Amino acid sequence: MFTTLRDLLRYSLSFRFGTIILLFAALLIVLSFFSPYEPDDRRAVARNEAPSSEFIFGTTSQGQDVFWMLTFAIRNTLIIAGIAVTIGRGIGVMVGMLSGYIGGMFDRIVSSIVDSFIVIPRLPLLILIASIMRGQMTIFALGLMIGVLDWAYPSKRYRAQVLSLREREFTHTAVFSGMSSWKIVIQEHLPFIVPFLLADIVSGFLFAIGIEVTLSILGLSDTDTQSIGSMIYWGNYYQSLLTNKVWVLIAPIGASIVIVIGFYLVSVGLSDYLDPRKRLLRLQVKE
Amino acid sequence: MSQASKNTPLLTIKNLTKTFHIRQGFASQEFDAVDNATFTIDSDKPEIFAIVGESGSGKTTLARMMLGMEKASTGILQYKDRVLADLSRKEMKTWFYKEVQPVFQDPFAAFSPLKRIDHYLYETAFNYKMTDKKNADKYLDSVLHEVGLTLAEIKGRYPNELSGGQAQRVAIARALVTKPSLIVADEPVSMLDASLRMSVVNMFRKLKDDNQVSVIYITHDLATAYYTGDRIAVMLRGWIVEMGPVEQVLGNPLHPYTQNLKLSIPSINTSAEWDERIDLAVVETDEYTRTGCKFAGRCPAVMDICNHHIPPTIHHEGRDVKCFLYDDTIEKAKTTRSEHVAN
Amino acid sequence: MSTIVETKNLKAYYITNAYGVERTVQAVDDISIAIQEGESYGIAGESGCGKSTLLKILLGSYDPPLRVVDGSITYHLDGKAIDAESMTLDEKRDLRWKTISYIPQGSMHVLNPVRRVRDTFHDFITAHRNVDKDESYKMTAEYLKELGLPEKVMASYPHQLSGGMRQRVTIALATILWPKLIFADEPTTALDVVVQRGVIQLLKEVQQKKGSTLVLITHDMGVHANLADRIGVLYAGKLVEEGATRTILDNPRHPYTKFLINSLPSLKDRGERASIPGRPPALDKPPLGCRFHERCPLVQDKCRTIDPQMITVAPGHRTACHVVEEELSHVPSV
Repeated sequence: MFTTLRDLLRYSLSFRFGTIILLFAALLIVLSFFSPYEPDDRRAVARNEAPSSEFIFGTTSQGQDVFWMLTFAIRNTLIIAGIAVTIGRGIGVMVGMLSGYIGGMFDRIVSSIVDSFIVIPRLPLLILIASIMRGQMTIFALGLMIGVLDWAYPSKRYRAQVLSLREREFTHTAVFSGMSSWKIVIQEHLPFIVPFLLADIVSGFLFAIGIEVTLSILGLSDTDTQSIGSMIYWGNYYQSLLTNKVWVLIAPIGASIVIVIGFYLVSVGLSDYLDPRKRLLRLQVKE
Repeated sequence: MSQASKNTPLLTIKNLTKTFHIRQGFASQEFDAVDNATFTIDSDKPEIFAIVGESGSGKTTLARMMLGMEKASTGILQYKDRVLADLSRKEMKTWFYKEVQPVFQDPFAAFSPLKRIDHYLYETAFNYKMTDKKNADKYLDSVLHEVGLTLAEIKGRYPNELSGGQAQRVAIARALVTKPSLIVADEPVSMLDASLRMSVVNMFRKLKDDNQVSVIYITHDLATAYYTGDRIAVMLRGWIVEMGPVEQVLGNPLHPYTQNLKLSIPSINTSAEWDERIDLAVVETDEYTRTGCKFAGRCPAVMDICNHHIPPTIHHEGRDVKCFLYDDTIEKAKTTRSEHVAN
Repeated sequence: MSTIVETKNLKAYYITNAYGVERTVQAVDDISIAIQEGESYGIAGESGCGKSTLLKILLGSYDPPLRVVDGSITYHLDGKAIDAESMTLDEKRDLRWKTISYIPQGSMHVLNPVRRVRDTFHDFITAHRNVDKDESYKMTAEYLKELGLPEKVMASYPHQLSGGMRQRVTIALATILWPKLIFADEPTTALDVVVQRGVIQLLKEVQQKKGSTLVLITHDMGVHANLADRIGVLYAGKLVEEGATRTILDNPRHPYTKFLINSLPSLKDRGERASIPGRPPALDKPPLGCRFHERCPLVQDKCRTIDPQMITVAPGHRTACHVVEEELSHVPSV
């Protein structure tokens, strides 16, 4: 495991940069625990200050230090996205792979359920739910909802992968070796799916971050909790653009872009490394 | 065929048929990939039973049915005293797979490239309770010895680190772990270089002699079938057209198709006969759906009756032949044949 | 007979550098062959002997990590000698389309599944010549008839044809424009005997009708026996023996060639046949001296350290083996 990481860091440019970005984001998250201000403190510092040596990203019109707000924002947004991805991909992988391998009536029933989920218009539904639950939406609830709405389409892809893997000869060998279906799916097929899964996880993060930011900008999430989207919301609310205090908006927007790029670079580096064909090339070399 | 054996035969196949439906536009056509196959493998003496045929002859479908991977459409398929279709999933896993094991064509496809090759050996050994954790290494080493390898050589290696010959041997070893009574080998040497085939084929001979394992050896390579097999069945588009002891069937083939096959083998001793232009099948489904004898379109000895009626299986000169030429009951138009030859 | 393509001391290696590990595979190591115009030249050898790499070089279609490290490849066309290394990419492509034809392994999958055969032919012909549909259909029909392929093939889709027929159609496709040089890579592997026979006969006819040069790469000696005029045997990246087909088959001199021929089963007897022990060396760490010495029953001390050079056993028959060299030096010259 560690040799893998070491190899990746040393030789994959994209992985290295991506990791640096994500480490930086992680650093900010850790800093959030040491913030001198509570997340919803107002008038804690001087208002409407432009970025300076004292206030790295400036302050808002409510007297909040943008930098420290950002640390909370990143933490919360990533927690939400993390929950969404864990739930979404977790369900998606299990459902997709099992239904693909077992086949038959089970597969048909499950597939129709999956198809029903796919047709659901996600953003309007989330907006609806969020506006009904306005103010009572916790981070966990938001993450859960996003996850529940984002497992269906990926599960179709995992099912497709398993369908083709099922016909490969080594699956037959595994059957004749006496392995149970569950073991076959996990031990034989999952390794082939992992590279795809990793890229899919990044896609899941991107989707969750995007939805969270969208909902928060619209003011539909818990606006008292700091998140990237809510920072933008409050920035707009207090007319940062019009009053020429753009730093209030640039910080969260820039942060979200950079974090997304970071995830992307990591996933590119990882999937390149884990690509079964490249892996074989490396295995041969190690002899 | 020889005298009836006292014990239940190892494998009984009677009128076994597998029908596939292919869709052409809105119509659906069906054809029999395996059509009324009948033969028996005795259990008192292990033998190597070769099944040869072109691609599309149905031999792989037959193999898959024998392994329980494909369900028969009609007919009887019985292993020892149990009908295969009646076995529950549990019985398959605990009894049938222990008795009957496969060897597939491509040794590199038979193992996951992401897993070490000994993983399958250990799995097989543990899942069928052939040994416990303590003695696993010793047991596997002894099994690998049977195929000319040692556990140390292959332990921890990935399939792509081995040569084709080695990987195929490991595949055979894996099949041997459960001490099966029957191995169904589907084209086990086709993907190996010509020079490596001998070592693998020799191994089947040894397995029969020393380990009392019967082998169903499916191939399109007549030379290795001749070298290894005791009996041979020649398949054409789902039919078994000739079956009997291998020296007779290949030494002195009766069925025109077998004669054609024998002639087609490219040998390093070239012959002018071989250079004669042959007719190949153009469209596969044509031959499958033909009324009458499936070989009639290409047969040099075709008679009128061959185009309209399905030839019966006749016992002649110690083997079974599916051809009107050997049917004494019909009025053979000898003139047709000689006319044909004269042309 | 004149040479149409030759290599001189050709060395082509795969040089890779992935994740900090550098690896050089000496796939083709010092090979010199001269293929004559109009002949059928067979390249024989097991998997991993370098024949596919040699083919790629001869075709002129190779990219890094495959590099020509030493030696030369020269084409002799229209009376001119063209050095392959000095050609530009465009020139190489031109060469491939106009003069060289390539029948890849598993070529039956090359046919476009959603086009009828005659349309695939039309696409191919119009890529090289300016003809309209009727003309190309006529050309195709005539050519197929010449080769003995039935006319109903033209209107069919590839999936309707049998595997053997597809293979033969692909061969017809590759040769309809009179290429001077045809490369066939394992044209009969994974086909059954009856189809193999048809394919070999077709190749023979094509070659004879057009007087093309055929370079045939396969490990199957039976195919070489029926098709090739001369055979070159490759082992672990080196040429170990070369000569007329009948000479190689009836009177092989190199121990590897002997083993190769003896290990083939025949329909004449069922006696036990020996197989070659061991396996070919990995080409990234080739052994010192003769590459076959680890498996050779006649190995001597010299073989372990000195790489044998090609020597002439008889006119048109050469081999690289120390033992044979010694045998010859003891034979009094006439």
